Amino acid sequence: MRPPPFQAFLDGHREEVYRFLTGFVGPHDVDDAFQETFLSALRAYPSLRNETNLKSWVLTIAYRKAMDSHRGRGRRAVPVEDLPEQPSRGSHAEDHALWDLVQALPGKQRAAVVQRYAVGLPYKEIGAILDCTEEAARQNVREALKKLKEMMS
Amino acid sequence: MSTLEDRLERAQRVSVGEAAAQGAARFVKAAEEEKLVDVAFARVDSPFGELLIASTRKGVVQLSLHGYDQNETLEDLAHKVSPRIFEAPGRLDEVRRELDEYFAGKRKSFDLPLDWQLSHGFALRVLKATARIPYGRVSSYREMAEKAGNVRATRAAGNALGGNAIPIIVPCHRVLRTGGGLGGYGGGLPMKEALLKMEGAIL
Repeated sequence: MRPPPFQAFLDGHREEVYRFLTGFVGPHDVDDAFQETFLSALRAYPSLRNETNLKSWVLTIAYRKAMDSHRGRGRRAVPVEDLPEQPSRGSHAEDHALWDLVQALPGKQRAAVVQRYAVGLPYKEIGAILDCTEEAARQNVREALKKLKEMMS
Repeated sequence: MSTLEDRLERAQRVSVGEAAAQGAARFVKAAEEEKLVDVAFARVDSPFGELLIASTRKGVVQLSLHGYDQNETLEDLAHKVSPRIFEAPGRLDEVRRELDEYFAGKRKSFDLPLDWQLSHGFALRVLKATARIPYGRVSSYREMAEKAGNVRATRAAGNALGGNAIPIIVPCHRVLRTGGGLGGYGGGLPMKEALLKMEGAIL
């Protein structure tokens, strides 16, 4: 495969990446993570070979970059009322609170939940991005839902 | 009461288009600062329809006339020059300005650095000779072949001009058939004729 012009790649996948990162790192850090993801993709782009699924490729970069910067920074507690209005979180206050709980999930489960529900990916693709089997991806989502329910009760 | 999964799925129906577009615009600026933009392109209006112009750090590498498939042109540039190609109109302001002045009849020669990397060998020599034909003058395929070093290669000279990656700026419209026929033009013969009339080369 010859990589398409980067502008077309960016236009084609920017919304999925933005959606994923909003759910994964939260509204405060989404912009930085978005820049880092695409800069990293751009650096690697000319040497891309045999990459048949550019969407999975860039979402994998987004996941790894966000995990790295998350580790480096350490988790920050952000009071719910200080969060800026985030369109991707829906207009319901209860949805805001729910997505704040998602932020408290461990990395892989959080990524799986965001990819499944906020991005809308099939388990097979989630497995490819998280470098695990389709069944393991499904299991991560199940675990995450269980934890969310516990946190809510 | 909706289930947890339903509530999570609502995030999918919320539009992120604008936020993502703004993020993408900021990213292109950052890419430019990091010197990771190898090819910048812009679409510009002209009296002959929308043109696509592209520049590398060396200079103008392509001008695609109206009627050509722009996506195909960009794919081709991605393959032959670099896939790090972005719509960055700011990088082409000077090119746009000189083209505007030319179409308005206020500019007789272009003062733009060119990147010739899409042309090679005999074709490159033909195009460089073509670039020296002054405003308001015409030449012939035969004369260009001769200047490129092979007087008998008239047909090859015609092919080279047909493959001109930077028309208008490299004025292949000033090359006519030996004997005066208009010959061909990528933008169509009416455009060739209109340019030559504007320049006062033909009546």
